[in-house]
Amino acid sequence: MSTVMNKNLTQEIIESFSADTYTEANDLRKQAIGYLETLGLPTNKSEEYRFTPITKHLEKNFKWENKNPQSSINSIDDYLIPELDANILVFINGSFSQKFSKIISPKDQLSIKTLAEAFQSESTTISSYFDKVGRSQNDPFAAMNSAFWQEGVCINIPDKTIVEKPIFLLHINDTTLSQVIAHTRLLLIIGQQSEASIIEKFETTGGEASFHTFIEEILVSESASLNYYKIQNDKGAVCQVTNSAIQQLSGSKVSAFTLTLNGQLIRNNFSITIDGEHCESHFNGLYLLKGKTLVDNHTVVDHKKPNSQSNELYKGIMDGNSKGVFNGKIFVRPHAQKTNAFQSNRNILICDDATINTKPQLEIWADDVKCSHGCTTGQLDEEALFYLQSRGISKQSAQAMLLYAFAADVVATIPHGSIKNYFDLLISERLQKNF
Amino acid sequence: MSTDNQVLDEFTSKEYEHGWNINLEVDEAPKGLSEDTVRFISAKKNEPEWLLQWRLDAFRTWMKMTEPNWANVHHPAINYQDIIYYSAPKKKAQLNNLDEVDPELIKTFEKLGISIGEQKRLTGVAVDAVIDSVSVATTFKEKLGEMGVIFCSFSEAVKEHPELIKKYLGSVVPVKDNYFAALNSAVFSDGSFCYIPKGVRCPMELSTYFRINAANTGQFERTLIVAEEGAYVSYLEGCTAPMRDENQLHAAVVELYAMEKAEIKYSTVQNWYPGDKNGKGGIYNFVTKRGLCAGDHSKISWTQVETGSAITWKYPSCVLKGDHSQGEFYSVAVTNNFQQADTGTKMIHIGRNTRSRIVSKGISAGKSQNSYRGEVHIMKRATNARNFSQCDSLLMGDQCGAHTFPYIEVENKSAKIEHEATTSKIGEDQIFYCLQRGIDEESAVALIVNGYAKEVLSQLPMEFAVEAQKLLALTLEGSVG
Repeated sequence: MSTVMNKNLTQEIIESFSADTYTEANDLRKQAIGYLETLGLPTNKSEEYRFTPITKHLEKNFKWENKNPQSSINSIDDYLIPELDANILVFINGSFSQKFSKIISPKDQLSIKTLAEAFQSESTTISSYFDKVGRSQNDPFAAMNSAFWQEGVCINIPDKTIVEKPIFLLHINDTTLSQVIAHTRLLLIIGQQSEASIIEKFETTGGEASFHTFIEEILVSESASLNYYKIQNDKGAVCQVTNSAIQQLSGSKVSAFTLTLNGQLIRNNFSITIDGEHCESHFNGLYLLKGKTLVDNHTVVDHKKPNSQSNELYKGIMDGNSKGVFNGKIFVRPHAQKTNAFQSNRNILICDDATINTKPQLEIWADDVKCSHGCTTGQLDEEALFYLQSRGISKQSAQAMLLYAFAADVVATIPHGSIKNYFDLLISERLQKNF
Repeated sequence: MSTDNQVLDEFTSKEYEHGWNINLEVDEAPKGLSEDTVRFISAKKNEPEWLLQWRLDAFRTWMKMTEPNWANVHHPAINYQDIIYYSAPKKKAQLNNLDEVDPELIKTFEKLGISIGEQKRLTGVAVDAVIDSVSVATTFKEKLGEMGVIFCSFSEAVKEHPELIKKYLGSVVPVKDNYFAALNSAVFSDGSFCYIPKGVRCPMELSTYFRINAANTGQFERTLIVAEEGAYVSYLEGCTAPMRDENQLHAAVVELYAMEKAEIKYSTVQNWYPGDKNGKGGIYNFVTKRGLCAGDHSKISWTQVETGSAITWKYPSCVLKGDHSQGEFYSVAVTNNFQQADTGTKMIHIGRNTRSRIVSKGISAGKSQNSYRGEVHIMKRATNARNFSQCDSLLMGDQCGAHTFPYIEVENKSAKIEHEATTSKIGEDQIFYCLQRGIDEESAVALIVNGYAKEVLSQLPMEFAVEAQKLLALTLEGSVG
């Protein structure tokens, strides 16, 4: 029964969006529609979406029409990161906002184009990178995005360039007038021996529902380095599926951080493909949930070449009725010898109604490797609480202190000062740290 | 050390020791599966009407189910119509003592090293020997009977204790549980039944030897163990099978039921034919094993050493329903050549203050694939639940794979869960150290592997621990260099 309904919903979505004509990438879009039709929207029987009822949510809350309302936002100051001097790219309701965007790095350091522009002026470059590392074939929401993306940016950083100012990508969905359905993308190519930082922030205002899919494809070339931060702090009724695919070539280094604080239904598919030797990847995540938030982090690190190392640490604190889902996959392919891959997932449940479902998964086909994963779920240490209380600290602040300590070591890994301070601020606010 | 060397020496020259085929006359059902087959089996065993109905219901349920495909194993589709669902040794009169047993059968046991007469006196193990689905001789029954322990074949239990069977059959593994459990429920041929009354500590290790003997015979065993309040039983299950080219299907069901303060310890050494070096043949082992800790303070412990079978697909589980109940799972799974194993456990915490412990050691060599798949589920009312899981994989050679799929689902904040997994290989320095001391490479590997698996092997009863060590060495033979 439910499969029939999903088929219908899939069809409904395809029809409503296909009615529009798109100017770019029509072949790829057609192909992606094909993928979406074969995959269908996930049910609770789909292994990858077992705990994350996105399809049900979409059925219940959305009218399928490819029409987003005008936004009445006239200032983005509230959404910026204090003291951060950055190149700002703003998307409002799925379209690029020239008005609020601001590029401060010199032109020779980076080229930023909307995908529409890029398809016209650099069609050869873009066709060799666009939709290459993404997961359209495997994930129905990635396929949906590849089929119906409305807008996106293509950022190209030439070889041997250090982009000092971070790139700040701000997504705002303004649902004051009506629901918003946005499909946006990012294509980032970092040249050899270059360095860049990217910050992504997602915000929602207004009371209506919002559905957002986001695909980012990032190529980190030989000996290049990327710092990546994602902040999900949507206050509204947002359902979001992000697909991040990072491809690393020899000698490259990636450090990624995902912070999730708010939202209704958030799914992050985060994958790193190590396609060269001597790569280093660190990816950390922190999810501090409350209310009815459901956050699902699916990470994949795929070691295809030997002599690389990856390190993953995800921590979560679940309060209220919130639900955390974590699935971390480590693949070590047959010839990826001398791989070191580590993964750790730690969770604290604050409230009896909170749940956590975690599945750390190792798949290893090479023998000369060191791989491990660890996973814990627990609560605050009664003795530590008592110790603090016996020294005159109220239970509430003692709890906040311990939780903050639990979360802080993930934040401590952030190299960038003002970003670290901002993360710290968000976490402190959430944990009501007032000591 | 010298014992380890002996162990290896003993086995290095051999291929599959238990690979022979004794000619027993068999009484077989025609190939294929239909309601008639189910009726045939039931009639053959003179079963009461209610059990026939139960089987038929199971068969109808099975017809509606589809074969699961989520396991990390690959095999050609099984043709369920190409299997003989019942075969029994023909000369089956009521036997009172061993002299009446078919001499060929006695020879079988001797080759397996279980010679009933010997074991009766020397080892103190009661053996319920199962050859091709039907129990032939049960020893030590009288001695157990004195204490009120019921230990008999399943068909005998159906005749003599129908009220117990009626009450507990399917109470832990319901018919609808999964595809293979439903299949088993429809066509199970025989198995063991064990009932330990209140407060009785079973004085000896109970054991069953399974063999698959007749060609093209699927074996569908059913084991049911019930321990009343305060009872204790340790049950051993050991398996060997002769060499065979065609794949054979084995879908057993084991149900354990522990009441208040009862303890059941279930140990398995599995050494079915794994197929030859090219991955041809071998047993498909799709087993459903589950224990229910129904009463408070009850305990169920699974220990398994899996070295055989072309495909192993089993998850001995514990449902921790009673408060303060405990579940344990210790496993060593070894795969070599083209073997595939997808094994692990489920710990379902329902009661308060429940504890579980999982120790799983996987060893893959050759071109084999070894997966650990486990679930730890803490239900909402299971306050103060505690789980510790450790799953380690050892890879030998660069063509095998080790996979870990742990599911951890927590719905209660007071739960404490730890899960840890590592993957590694035998260090070159370790091998070098042994070589330096005059231990050849193969013995060195056996030594290291035995050390690696020690934590699990030490859980086995003595007699089995020795056998298990031999099996480990035998399975890994030829996997180095």
